[in-house]
Amino acid sequence: MDARNFTFMFYGFLAAWLIVMLYVIVLARRGARLKKELDAVKKIASHPEQHADRR
Amino acid sequence: MRDKLAIGLAAAASALLANNLYQMFMVLPDEALQGAIYRILFFHAPAAMVGMIGYFVALTFSVLYLSSKNFLYDSLAASIVEVSLVFSLVNIVTGSIWARIIWGIWWTWDYRLTSALVCILIFFGYLVMRRAIDEPTQRARLSSALCIFGCVDVVIVWKSIEWFRNQHPGPVLDFRTGGGKMDPAYSHVFWLNFLAILLMGVALVLIRTRQEATAREIDSLRRLAHTAA
Repeated sequence: MDARNFTFMFYGFLAAWLIVMLYVIVLARRGARLKKELDAVKKIASHPEQHADRR
Repeated sequence: MRDKLAIGLAAAASALLANNLYQMFMVLPDEALQGAIYRILFFHAPAAMVGMIGYFVALTFSVLYLSSKNFLYDSLAASIVEVSLVFSLVNIVTGSIWARIIWGIWWTWDYRLTSALVCILIFFGYLVMRRAIDEPTQRARLSSALCIFGCVDVVIVWKSIEWFRNQHPGPVLDFRTGGGKMDPAYSHVFWLNFLAILLMGVALVLIRTRQEATAREIDSLRRLAHTAA
């Protein structure tokens, strides 16, 4: 009982940290994607005429 | 400035968590009836409380959006709901693991557990709905309405252990019982861990809010570029 009790306590801590870490990874990836997107849109906004031709 | 604040809060949360883990494993003894597994509750309950506080702060911003039509409030509400949902997930998963040992089952459809699951489903639906609606005004209005609706369930989650007879244990925290149900040594570590998780939540909300601001900037630049072209 005690060994199983300890194992499940470990699973509980692991699950809590995994969920938070996964969310932090999702946040970091989303942040990087948004930064890339912002740079691209800034480029388009500064020279709209060049990009209008391509459209 | 906001980045520095987020980093500072995350660092404070990490330091506090390290201290709390030391207290949990090296200082506090096993609980007489539950053994080692009771330590899960140091994360299970604070995660639920931080999630619930978050939903109510999001409710406040949703009401502010509906009264002012300022999109900043809508972004804040969405950021807070997303982070709160993560803590609600931590709550329900850790609770299930604890229940497997103490009750012998992973899950039961009692009032507390079911209303907590419904809460997660409502706010998950909130985030899915935001992705599905492109028009910002309609998205913000419907999101605010759903957030207000979801918070009714949050009240049921909070009060269910007082209102109904449940498989889930009744209130044990001093501010709900008037004291005497939790050893002061456990209570001290519990509140320190609540503070650590709260700080972590605020840091995540700050990062998420910045991303919402960037997304808004992208939207406005796109519109500007489109008009200029």
